[in-house]
Amino acid sequence: MCGIVGLYMKTDKYAGDLGRLSALMLHEMRERGPDSAGFALYGEADSVDKMVLLSKTGETDWVHLAVRLTEATGLDVEQQPVWDHAVFRVAGDGLKARRWIIDNAPDVTVLSQGRSIEVFKGVGDPDQVAERFDLAGRSGTHAIAHTRMATESAVTTAGSHPFSTGADTCLVHNGSLSNHNRFRNVLRANGESFQTENDSEVAAGYLAWRMREGDNVDAALTNALKDLDGFYTFAIGTADGFAVLRDPIACKPAVIAETDDWVAMSSEFRAIATLPDVAHAEIWEPAPAQIYSWSHAA
Amino acid sequence: MSDVLEKNSALDLSSMTVREVNRMLKDADNGDFDIYNPNGLHALACGLMKPISATIHGHVGYYCAGMNQHAVVTVTGNAGTGCAENMMSGLVRVKGDASQSAGATAHGGLLVIEGDASARCGISLKGADIVVGGSVGHMSAFMAQAGSLVVAGDAGEALGDSIYEAKLYVRGSVASLGTDCIEKTMTDKHKTALSGLLERAGMDIDVSEFKRYGSARELYNFKIDNAGSY
Repeated sequence: MCGIVGLYMKTDKYAGDLGRLSALMLHEMRERGPDSAGFALYGEADSVDKMVLLSKTGETDWVHLAVRLTEATGLDVEQQPVWDHAVFRVAGDGLKARRWIIDNAPDVTVLSQGRSIEVFKGVGDPDQVAERFDLAGRSGTHAIAHTRMATESAVTTAGSHPFSTGADTCLVHNGSLSNHNRFRNVLRANGESFQTENDSEVAAGYLAWRMREGDNVDAALTNALKDLDGFYTFAIGTADGFAVLRDPIACKPAVIAETDDWVAMSSEFRAIATLPDVAHAEIWEPAPAQIYSWSHAA
Repeated sequence: MSDVLEKNSALDLSSMTVREVNRMLKDADNGDFDIYNPNGLHALACGLMKPISATIHGHVGYYCAGMNQHAVVTVTGNAGTGCAENMMSGLVRVKGDASQSAGATAHGGLLVIEGDASARCGISLKGADIVVGGSVGHMSAFMAQAGSLVVAGDAGEALGDSIYEAKLYVRGSVASLGTDCIEKTMTDKHKTALSGLLERAGMDIDVSEFKRYGSARELYNFKIDNAGSY
């Protein structure tokens, strides 16, 4: 089991309430995933890349790490600690900074990198994780969150969802993949770097790889249907888009609701029941192996 | 308990727990109940054993009206996974759509889904009747043993896979038939039975628009020629 919620604002009517509404949705899914939780929140694009970093030891010297990163890459970095995370604002090539951290800071996991996305995670009660990182106080365009009941790998903060391996791209997963070990090797050979043993990180890496190769979200997910084997309901975020995909067997639940102002997706309707104007929403269960996507760019 | 309950009692889940509502429904011998603010909660109106009527106003979560006996349960919105699972008797009506495994293992009674049902509708059906006004998803009536599944729309892939003696009636297209499920002749006996089911479901549809499917009975016995496959 696991719980997924996603909320995508089609208009700016509730943009200021994005975090608050996402926290309400996450709260309803805490029974589906009491191990750990996390969320990705997309705001207005920043002028520079943001990296959200997790200290695996809780004792990382962020100031020292920022200095080392600047010395090694020449990139200017501002750092802001948040609990056991830190947000690094990087003037220049964010991908280069991400790669350097992964290669040179073994006590740190890069949770996200991009101009719009910020990812925060924690072990324990989903409500406490949301509160710790002030999910309810945040605004933005879309958010994806996850409550985890671990099956495939250890309960750690780094192993919590969402997983983000490409700029401004993230994925949450309910299910289990059966060919993730093989694909982790395939993707490594294609330049992806992985930071956990988690099967869902491989799915995120797969999407990042396909999109780097030129696929848009729909094309990347069409390829995923052919390549990824296992059970899954995915919710995917990009800088300006949101997508949902269930595997062809569709064992893992999902429900989508849409109004003129928002699109919401969750494992169960009770998370959606908390949203404004839900009485007038179109509500449906996404069909197996069918890609549902929304974008502000379209 | 029942003597303190008045007919047409309104139960509000915004101020009562699921257990409190289910307890009140179970303790009543008769009466009509309206249940408000279900908001996708699980296990509503489960295990009812008396001829009461309960109308749930809104969308319900998993296992609504599971194990029902004698009661009439109506959901005005959509139902989550496992609606009316293992029903024994009575009537469960969903006015919206139902998620997967609706009517799973149901032994008796009638489940009416006015909208669509998703995957595995009537899986391992054991004698209940299910009438779906819309379409059903893949693997519906998988290993269905007895009872009927009526689909006024289309059926998804692998309809009736490994079916025993349940009767399937589909009005629209069938994406594919499952192993050992075949189209069968619609006799007058079947037309009469189907007509009765549609009437009980409140659906005015001409039975001549339906096709019947059922078991080829090729999987009933072990075939020695296949021994090498195991």
